[in-house]
Amino acid sequence: MLPQDLKAEQFAGYPPQARKLVVAHLDALQQLPLSFVPSLLREVIDYDFKFPTERSAIDRELANLSSLSPAGVKDWFQAFSQLTLSSKLEHFDWINQPAQFVEQLSAHLWTTHQLDGFRKAAIAYGERLQSAVPPEPIPVRRLGIAVIGQGVASYDAPLFRNLRPHGAFFAKVKPDNGLELLLNAVAARAKAHPVPYGHWYVDGGQEADHSPSLACVSYRALEPARAALLHNIQTELQRPGMGPEELRTHLARLLPADLGMEGSGDAVLNRFQVKLLTEGSGSQIFSTTFAQWTAREALRRAQPLTLLVRFAPRQRQKPMNELLSGGQSNAELDFTGSLIDADMGAYYNWLNQQRLPGSEQSAFLVWFEGHSQALAIGPSLPRGTTSNTIADLGELLSLATG
Amino acid sequence: MQLGRTRRDFLRSAAGVALSTALMGASPLVRGVRAAKKRKVIVITFGGGARDQETFAPQGQENIPHLLHELIPQSSFFTQVVNQGILGHYVATASLATGVYETLNNFSSLPPEHPTVFEYFRKDLNRPSSDAWVVAPSNGFNRIGESEYRSYGQGLGARVVLPKHLLNAAASGSAADYQHLLRDNYENPLYTPQLAGGEFELQQLQMILKLSVDDFKAHALTVSSPDELSMYIARRLMQQESPSLLWITMHDIDIAHAGAYSLYIDAIQRTDRLCAELWKTVQSEPEYEGNTTLFILPDFGRDADEDSGGNGFQHHRTGDAASRTTWMMALGAGVREGAIYDHPMQSIDLVPTLGAMMGFSPSLAQGRPIKELI
Repeated sequence: MLPQDLKAEQFAGYPPQARKLVVAHLDALQQLPLSFVPSLLREVIDYDFKFPTERSAIDRELANLSSLSPAGVKDWFQAFSQLTLSSKLEHFDWINQPAQFVEQLSAHLWTTHQLDGFRKAAIAYGERLQSAVPPEPIPVRRLGIAVIGQGVASYDAPLFRNLRPHGAFFAKVKPDNGLELLLNAVAARAKAHPVPYGHWYVDGGQEADHSPSLACVSYRALEPARAALLHNIQTELQRPGMGPEELRTHLARLLPADLGMEGSGDAVLNRFQVKLLTEGSGSQIFSTTFAQWTAREALRRAQPLTLLVRFAPRQRQKPMNELLSGGQSNAELDFTGSLIDADMGAYYNWLNQQRLPGSEQSAFLVWFEGHSQALAIGPSLPRGTTSNTIADLGELLSLATG
Repeated sequence: MQLGRTRRDFLRSAAGVALSTALMGASPLVRGVRAAKKRKVIVITFGGGARDQETFAPQGQENIPHLLHELIPQSSFFTQVVNQGILGHYVATASLATGVYETLNNFSSLPPEHPTVFEYFRKDLNRPSSDAWVVAPSNGFNRIGESEYRSYGQGLGARVVLPKHLLNAAASGSAADYQHLLRDNYENPLYTPQLAGGEFELQQLQMILKLSVDDFKAHALTVSSPDELSMYIARRLMQQESPSLLWITMHDIDIAHAGAYSLYIDAIQRTDRLCAELWKTVQSEPEYEGNTTLFILPDFGRDADEDSGGNGFQHHRTGDAASRTTWMMALGAGVREGAIYDHPMQSIDLVPTLGAMMGFSPSLAQGRPIKELI
């Protein structure tokens, strides 16, 4: 089936708000190529469980598509239209399974050497859309904070190597009450700018006391869900015909109730957390990966004004000979390895933050927890410098956001 | 274009330091002159997937001291090897081995569609099965030894050893459960594929490698990673079988899919060390010393930090320049030492080059022989 044959009743399986939205823009969707539409539907089908920023972006994108003339559609989607798809893809139920279609489309594009063409078309479309429908201005300078190295007594190698060219390194930070100061600052921003899902606290371990006004995700709180997921996977793997692609499709369909999360908490946040575990790679096993992936997805999807990510030590990866020796020892922690993971993770947090609107004004702070090393990035801070100024973390935040 | 310019700069810089010492004592082509014995070729894929910035870029050089200071001075180094195929480890390695960008399902137990280098080698040169071997730690590679191509295929390919699979077989019946070791596909870490094909069997440990099951298990208890076990098996093969064509696929680096940067770096450092150790083995084995050409190349890179479609080092899914562009070094018999070549080549050029060096005709391969090596 092709987009030109789309009918309203075919979206009966969509959640109510998603259905209403797609039906309202059906005329526009009918004009678009099959190589594009399922990617859009993949976002629309989850509309009822999206963050406000995501909903706004989908609304604006669909409104833009509906505003295009036939000639405009041809102009915007020429590159997508030139891609050759298989009849198998055309016959796929891409209306109700758009995410699975996109996976198969990806495999098809790789196999037929069309991936580069698709990639080029997608980048051009994204840039054009951003120009045509610019994002709304944000009410306050965006702030990212990364706290790394929890539990590390000492570390001699240089930290923040990737971030140093972009900010000021502070070598004499007063670490006292550092986490508390940072969480209080984040809470104050949430109070001053009360945007839904606008202020986040992600913890790779057990979350510290924090303001209820923050959207909070922690590795420890998701322990029951992680255990349920691993059990679910083991059960599925016993089924005949189960392969890696089938397993991925199965995971994509899991809902909070499947992992014992139904009935409590925020439905949107619960969906988000399930996706962290089912779509992330390594996020179920390593807390450092979980923290970085959560930050990446929160920034990409919710576009928070404030994001504090505290990395925690992950379990140690046992070398092969230890695995062979057997024994069910308790999971040991790898403190130094986790610091290296988190140092890179902090860099990725900053990169992902810089992909959001207002990046030229955004601020970022990374702190080696419990120690005197930190790095601050902000529009008024010099780049690639080292400072011996003695300051606490609250004062550093003021410098970064000032 | 920007990537290309950057690569040339930092690779020249990296290798230039090493070359200044190498050129003082060595004469180009010295090993080629000595190659009177039967020519041997060893290919190591520096897998699975390493980026410039963690290897040859200035900030990554600390991770590859052995390649940088021991091997590059002896090598011809190609700074731009582009993989234009599918960036999955099995399908990409199959493409390296056939000289054609294969399109098979990366996660299935399927043979390459086109004849492999092992089939060309054995058929054209009338070599026995003992003369071409593959050692691979990942279970998914059990079909890499031969295609099902008509006029090549069954019985003409390489013998394939999967050391971890052997280890699991060796442990069967004992109290230990080694099943977790087979879950080595880092993109699907909980999935263990079923094997199908003519892989090396447990009883051949004793017959071919002169290694008892107990000794094999005991040695496995001393190594820290699957690639180390692979190198152990590769060395045994060199000592007992002396294959003329030996292909070793490394895979530890693909732990990057788990998202822990320190583990990815650890694996690069280990692979660097193992490559140097293998080259030392070449120098110490009479069947190999002086007549062996070693190729080392990653199957591909990983996504760039700057590409918003990926998640940096963790995956190789975007198809961007960083994930497609790598390097290759060749050293040993017939190879000019201390040479750096900037021009782009493709990863499928390897098989035609091996054909030209060893005297077989990879007629269906689509790459071109690298003229600097033939």
